[in-house]
Amino acid sequence: MAIDKPYLDIPGTTVFDAAQARRGYWLNQFCMSLMQADNRERFLGNECSYLDEWDMTAAQKQSVLDRDMNAMIALGGNIYFLAKIGATDGKSFQQMAGSMTGMSEDEYRAMMIGGGRSIDGNRDVGEAS
Amino acid sequence: MSARITASVFTSHVPAIGAALDQGKTEEPYWQPLFAGYEPSQEWMRDNIPDAIVLVFNDHATAFSLDMIPTFAIGTASSYAVADEGWGPRPVPEVQGHPDLAAHIAHSVIQQDFDLTIVNRMAVDHGLTVPLSLMFGQPDAWPCPVIPVAVNVLQYPVPSGQRCLDLGKAIRNAIESYDESLDVQVWGTGGMSHQLQGPRAGLINADFDAAFLDTLIFDPECLAAMPHVEYLREAGSESIELVMWLIARGAMGDLAGRPAPSVEHRFYHVPASNTALVTSS
Repeated sequence: MAIDKPYLDIPGTTVFDAAQARRGYWLNQFCMSLMQADNRERFLGNECSYLDEWDMTAAQKQSVLDRDMNAMIALGGNIYFLAKIGATDGKSFQQMAGSMTGMSEDEYRAMMIGGGRSIDGNRDVGEAS
Repeated sequence: MSARITASVFTSHVPAIGAALDQGKTEEPYWQPLFAGYEPSQEWMRDNIPDAIVLVFNDHATAFSLDMIPTFAIGTASSYAVADEGWGPRPVPEVQGHPDLAAHIAHSVIQQDFDLTIVNRMAVDHGLTVPLSLMFGQPDAWPCPVIPVAVNVLQYPVPSGQRCLDLGKAIRNAIESYDESLDVQVWGTGGMSHQLQGPRAGLINADFDAAFLDTLIFDPECLAAMPHVEYLREAGSESIELVMWLIARGAMGDLAGRPAPSVEHRFYHVPASNTALVTSS
């Protein structure tokens, strides 16, 4: 019997479940390596060659080079791992989260100061469309 | 004489709060209301420093990578280094452990059918140090030892609310069977509503958070039955951290037939970067 995943219809949301974690194992492990200062330096010095040290798919590597957070998440990345790329780039969680919404940094910040994104219309895909 | 649980603290652990403190931004208009809101809790804490804190938190891909993902882990080390999460380590004191009490809790809780992972070396990230900063400010040394209890809320599925509440009860039994007169606090951290990923990032649900707090205080057994998908859907993918609050709540005496706890201070603020915040002692 298939595993019940009642969260798949939540709009704009990828739940980091065991299947996603398998898909993103090396992408996330690469991110872990950026917790060391010398690795951050090496990565920024030559991103392509640093990424080639990891058993990531071409699409995963490209998503990192593009800093395309939504693509990284779709390919198995988890935000807490991906945050280490942001940290390496000097970006905050807010900047990283905002980059996935299609809003500008100022728009996103203003939305958060205004109380955040409303739940109304955002509960499930049917409601959102 | 034995050890007893004297209070619980429930608070978010947003990394940007740590950064604001560390960089001296607490008086800036964006941050001032947040830190002002914690002042009554800090004041209460100054008069009620415990002998040890059992601090329930989650590691954010810091000590645990995808190589090992323990669902429940307890730290039995004598000290814990402050982690470099990518920004360099926070300039806060090293965290001192309480190895004797921690080993006792591990022993007792495992015998109560919770298969804890025992951790003797672990760097601690903002999930543990930001709550300490929020409650104690910026001291040269933390005022008491800390026993970290790390919960996997990162890779789904995370433990159920009921499992967390029951673990809290087991921790209470463990602490009360420790043969030394100690005042112990159990803290639950993380949450509240927030989502840090995808096009729905920035979600905040103040109604959910208010109801969560009310139910946490008055009907935790009911709250424990709430399914994961309700957290994810109603309060954002990262709000699932809130299950950890049920561990601290489960450790409180009313669930073992004692009088109901009183709320010393309750404070809610949006946003703290991306999340809602609350503290109640």
